[in-house]
Amino acid sequence: MEATTKQFTQSAAKTLSDARIQDSLRGLYGGFSKARERAAEATPGWEEMRTRAQAVKSHTIANLDYYLEQVEARVTESGGNVFFAQDGEAASRYILDLAERESVKRVIKGKSMLSEEMDLNRLLAGAGVEVTETDLGEYLIQLAGDTPYHIIAPAIHMSKNRAAELLHRGVGAEGREWDTAELTAEARRQLRDKFIEADMGITGANFVVAETGTLVLVTNEGNGRMCTSMPRIHVAVMGMEKVAPTLEDMSMFLRLLTRSATGQRLSAYVTTVDGPRGPGDEDGPEQFHLVVVDNGRSRILADPHMREALNCIRCGACLNACPVYRKVGGHAYGWVYSGPIGAIVTPMLTNLPDSRDLPYASSLCGACREACPVRIDIPRMLLHLRRELAEGRNKNAPVAEAALMKVWRLSVSNSGTLAAANLIGRALRWPLLLLGRLLPPFSRWARYRELPRPVSPFRSRWKDIFRT
Amino acid sequence: MQASLFVSCIVDQFFPEVGESTVRVLRRLGVDVDFPPGQTCCGQPAFNSGFWNEAKPLARRLLRQLEGKEHVVVPSGSCASMLRVFYAELLRDEPAALHAAKELAPRVYELSEFIVDVLKVTDASEIGGRPRREPEKVTYHEGCHLRRELGAVTQARALIGSAPGAELVEMEQPDVCCGFGGLFSVKYPDISGAMLADKIDDIRRTGAGAVAACDSSCLMQIGGGLRAQGLPIRTVHLAQLLDEAATPG
Ligand code: SF4
Repeated sequence: MEATTKQFTQSAAKTLSDARIQDSLRGLYGGFSKARERAAEATPGWEEMRTRAQAVKSHTIANLDYYLEQVEARVTESGGNVFFAQDGEAASRYILDLAERESVKRVIKGKSMLSEEMDLNRLLAGAGVEVTETDLGEYLIQLAGDTPYHIIAPAIHMSKNRAAELLHRGVGAEGREWDTAELTAEARRQLRDKFIEADMGITGANFVVAETGTLVLVTNEGNGRMCTSMPRIHVAVMGMEKVAPTLEDMSMFLRLLTRSATGQRLSAYVTTVDGPRGPGDEDGPEQFHLVVVDNGRSRILADPHMREALNCIRCGACLNACPVYRKVGGHAYGWVYSGPIGAIVTPMLTNLPDSRDLPYASSLCGACREACPVRIDIPRMLLHLRRELAEGRNKNAPVAEAALMKVWRLSVSNSGTLAAANLIGRALRWPLLLLGRLLPPFSRWARYRELPRPVSPFRSRWKDIFRT
Repeated sequence: MQASLFVSCIVDQFFPEVGESTVRVLRRLGVDVDFPPGQTCCGQPAFNSGFWNEAKPLARRLLRQLEGKEHVVVPSGSCASMLRVFYAELLRDEPAALHAAKELAPRVYELSEFIVDVLKVTDASEIGGRPRREPEKVTYHEGCHLRRELGAVTQARALIGSAPGAELVEMEQPDVCCGFGGLFSVKYPDISGAMLADKIDDIRRTGAGAVAACDSSCLMQIGGGLRAQGLPIRTVHLAQLLDEAATPG
């Protein structure tokens, strides 16, 4: 997917002025976020489980080569094929070649953010293969030619009427209210034939268990189960960090994932896949392919300050908790992943200078870390990326900003200069206030708030009032 | 008990009355307060913007000012976090300064932490005096760093709830950021302003006459928004609330 991270400010402004989207984003706090908090409270040992999961994840990522070899061995033993792709292009090429070799005409897809990274749908369509998304949200996104807005709720920005208009191709969708059940029924009707006709199912991977080679998919619509069992070929694409060492570890991540994502104790469906149809199996695909994708992840792995980003289990809790995401929405982040996790992985997986708004567009409030089931310290990584931009190898801070920092530092670097700065500030109070009203960005600041006024500082009052 | 005050640059320059209240409240509680005069800024604005090389000299300087102090009390959750939590990060490659930062960290307290955890005062009426103001409903905005870096969630609430003349009414989302975030509010004024608007709606729905917080920076943002909207709700720092409640007459 083409990154549009440079347009962060414009895109955010558009969302800020859209009252309907603002309403649905505001709902994330009382909806997903509160549901997560309630689910966490109702789970004994929740905090300990988070700590354990964090440790297991960090251990797995530190020994990723070992666990990926295990995955490869187990999947191969159960009759599957494993392909390691260095980037999205190599992964797509593998799938396109396979489709051509096997005369695949129709593909059904389960939800996969990684396939968005790879731009897989466009490439398949270009090769003359019909692709149908089967997750309801993703299906709507596909019909609209849109991109996902939220990691777990891709179409959260869409109104029901817009969804109806898309599902009915505009015919007869206007002039009435639609409810979710009706829309789901319609999507199900449309998708049924696609499931039956498909030659290939492509899914993502929530987890792959190293000790058994088991692929685990979490869905609420059961479409994952259809994609993995109905077509004759099943291809799963997994980001290389999605390994859980043991089944027990996986079940812990699963408990954290569903509670953190939607507040559910378990999603409606959890699908496990252990290779293709074996002798004596009644159903299942003839072929199973696991495509393990790097696509920039080894860059994150190699950076000790950023490595923890690979611990993410993509639950979306940090998006719901983030007061900035709840204002600017998903598209502002300009690539596949949005919200706090997007703000740290997008600069790493695409490039930092073009994504320079992402690390800065945060008040560093830490709500993401508080929500994260594996305690990823996102604010620390935002700080690290800011430092990279200001002083690091990727240095490209605006000259004015760097100069301002220096002047400010010199003025506060001892009490004498600070006192002088205060006097200047007070002497220039009116011109400064006037300037503040006229000069962007201060004038935009002043649109929402009154600027504070310089007064006689505490240090002089201390001398007058308190010193004994 | 001895405590050294680090007021933060924002209190020093813009909200000196918060510093005054802090001194009065601590003195009433029997604390011997001193003010290391060379102090300026903890360096957080530069640190948060990525300019660590500008932040480091300020950090080293403040560490020297505060060296050997028994307790350092800061009327700001955010600046207290900078000293207690982030200095170790900022100075990680400078062994001597890092050592000083680690020495200092356990002795740094935000004001409400110091009153409740060190002085063991949970009932604000112990500060003395009687209510000066008409009884009023007060809602509490949790500073992000106070809550999430220092983990102090209950202390300020206990003090506000027990302050004579104050009745604590919780807003729906007390822990959601007010949108200040230092440079963030300057770089992204519209996003920051939209966050502020939600915060103000939340405050308004409580029916409170005052909003209290432990950070002057949050209160500057919130107060600026309240005034811009012409709302008759006052902002009050915890130190001022406790000071008012205790002022005789
Ligand atoms: S960073 Fe944490 S909260 Fe955000 S999606 Fe990943 S696991 Fe979930």
